[in-house]
Amino acid sequence: MEAMSFGTFIWTTLGAFLTLCIFSFLYRDNVFYKIAEHLVVGVSAGYFVIILWHNGLQPNLFDMLKDGNSYFLWLNSAQPWYVIPAILGAMMWTRFSKKWSWVSRWPIALYMGIATGVAVPLEMKNRVNLQLYASMQSLDWGNFFGTGFLDAASGLSGLIVFLGTLAALFYFFFSKEHTGMFKGAARFGIWILMIGFGASFGYTVMGRISLFVQRIQYIGDWTKVTWNPSSGGGFITFWFLTFGIFAVWAIYEIIKFFRNRGEITE
Amino acid sequence: MKRQIPLALVFIFGIFHIFQYFVPHESSEWLYEFFLKWIYIIGIFALALGIWSLIRVSWDKVKHRRPNWPYALITLGGLFAMIIFGFDYFRHFFTAEGLQNYMFRAFFDYILIPIQSTMFSLLAFFIASAAYRAFRARSLLATLLLLSALIIMLRFNPYLGFFGDYMEKTASWLLNVPNLAAKRAIIIGVGLGMVATSLKVMLGIERQYLGKD
Amino acid sequence: MNIFDRMMSLDRRWVFLLLAVVCVVTYVWPFSIPIRTTDEVENIFDFIDTLKEGDYIFLGIDYDPNALAELHPMTYAIAEHAFRKKLKIIFATLSQNGPGMADQAIRDITDSVKLDRTYNGVFYPGRTIVNGVDYVFLGYKPYFALVILGMGQNFRIPFPTDYYGTPLDSIPMMKGILNYDQIKCVVDITAGNVADAWISYGQGRYNFPLALGLTGVMGADYYPFLNSRQIFGLMGGLLGAAQYEKLSDNPGPAMDGMRIQVYAHIVIIFFIIIGNIGFLASRKKRMGKEVK
Repeated sequence: MEAMSFGTFIWTTLGAFLTLCIFSFLYRDNVFYKIAEHLVVGVSAGYFVIILWHNGLQPNLFDMLKDGNSYFLWLNSAQPWYVIPAILGAMMWTRFSKKWSWVSRWPIALYMGIATGVAVPLEMKNRVNLQLYASMQSLDWGNFFGTGFLDAASGLSGLIVFLGTLAALFYFFFSKEHTGMFKGAARFGIWILMIGFGASFGYTVMGRISLFVQRIQYIGDWTKVTWNPSSGGGFITFWFLTFGIFAVWAIYEIIKFFRNRGEITE
Repeated sequence: MKRQIPLALVFIFGIFHIFQYFVPHESSEWLYEFFLKWIYIIGIFALALGIWSLIRVSWDKVKHRRPNWPYALITLGGLFAMIIFGFDYFRHFFTAEGLQNYMFRAFFDYILIPIQSTMFSLLAFFIASAAYRAFRARSLLATLLLLSALIIMLRFNPYLGFFGDYMEKTASWLLNVPNLAAKRAIIIGVGLGMVATSLKVMLGIERQYLGKD
Repeated sequence: MNIFDRMMSLDRRWVFLLLAVVCVVTYVWPFSIPIRTTDEVENIFDFIDTLKEGDYIFLGIDYDPNALAELHPMTYAIAEHAFRKKLKIIFATLSQNGPGMADQAIRDITDSVKLDRTYNGVFYPGRTIVNGVDYVFLGYKPYFALVILGMGQNFRIPFPTDYYGTPLDSIPMMKGILNYDQIKCVVDITAGNVADAWISYGQGRYNFPLALGLTGVMGADYYPFLNSRQIFGLMGGLLGAAQYEKLSDNPGPAMDGMRIQVYAHIVIIFFIIIGNIGFLASRKKRMGKEVK
């Protein structure tokens, strides 16, 4: 294992400590969890400010307006019209004023107009037209039952996809009462939907578990470095300190639990 | 004027961008790119609103010593610390050196990443608890859902022996046939809904984004 | 209170504890499991593997730390594969905390590529990856749908400079690279709606080969796009990342994590089974009481 610098190790220990702070919520809400939760809100917001400034305003606005090397003498800028979106953006800030909040509607309208305008043809093409087109492909009658066990490329599978899509669309059509053949089609549709949701749930379980798995790997890697003989005894101290804080808290909770139970019994 | 002009702007820009998709003439492309450059700048100012709200709410809590006010102080501390590091201790405003600042990177790598990823990892436990308490085969539909989920979950299990191969093929068929049909229907429905909502916004039928008078 | 009633009223913290213990024990216990690969991941690997030296790919790192567990291994596996093949990578991020994720990933991958390695029987000597020559990191812009559209016209419209403030026109790698037409493929690794935007606004308008790396939660939802050939490949969750690591012969955290997943899934299935046994037993008891 590669030796880790002491500075990096201290930061990694902080990361491990904060990880355990969040995990402590599984027992109950506590001060460790609250500190970590509020810290991440602030750090995340501060990070976003810097990214918006350096990656957003700086290249897209200030660099466009600057006159030579100066950011303040914009009067001679080669592209002065960039002041207009800056003014429109600043108009957004009137949202906080009860009297002037109507001014913020203009830039919002500009954004909504552009967003809805680009969405109409592209969503229609990609979500509707292409998906309908893919549903109406010719079935492979020559290979109707497929080769091998449950062949997704077989004609039968293609037929199930086509009928399943139609049936699921029938299910979502609530403008007509589901009676007779319509009801039968909708019933088949809900079966198909349930299978689809089950597949999503299976994947979701995998996804959620893998989030925890990665945290175990993180704590495990930190423990490996801590207990690495080449790191010396000092790193092990940090391992005991970090877990020690939570061990003390756990002992306090256990004592409190038995005391409260004793009081209830009395 | 307070509502008519914004509605007119939405209509004009919306219609222009619909037609622009079908008219790739040089001048239409030029105008399209011109508006795109503007929208990035306007959007950044809009996002800054959220940051200001956070600062205002947290400062209000601290100033008036509302319940849990020390935590609001931690929030503000974290926020301003990142801003100080991000501007490289206020030495570089208009150049990106702050993004390479050691403390800025360290706060991201060793505070933000561990806390955010651990917060979401708690979901693993909640899904285990939900699976135990709520995932019941109450009806045929619930059983179908349950069986489908079990097949996907057992898909890569190496301890199934003889059945392992069949489980993998079943899972693959499930994903590429009934799951595909179900999700396709949902995608078509969502697509039609998005087009309908976009048209409603453009034509001024949907006006919630304007807020109250 | 009989055993089924006790089962139904079990404190959920015992469930948490059992899951945690199983996962930790499995992590500590050294064993490996075979990983089977699927067509949707093989398509991505084969596409990148058949590209020539100097070809450009676009890698979208569009996720936050909350999806790091599943998506970071994908980023590492694909980027290392591409760098070993001497492809040029354009990185960009369309999610709020993505720049930090991408910055961290680029630092780690550039360190890893410095080492000599043999993958799939092919020896790759270590080399130094240079910013501006081997890769460029464009950074972040908000409103991903409009950024994707802007990049389709010209990368310089949303990104006049890269993440570090260097104008794109002065970056050697970006000479002659205007938009998606000069890119061989886009691989977007994301945890949110950005995937939909890449399909509708990116591939839908500009017709470039698009592959997606998604979290497990979204994995099952994009098969229709695979079937309609709007995307040519799909990696779903940690399993997808593990499959790519296997194909590229580069075992990493995903393959290691999958073995823990197997046992965690067994625990979840165990909970589902005993929960249903308890439910059926208590329902039978209730129905028996009603009959009386």
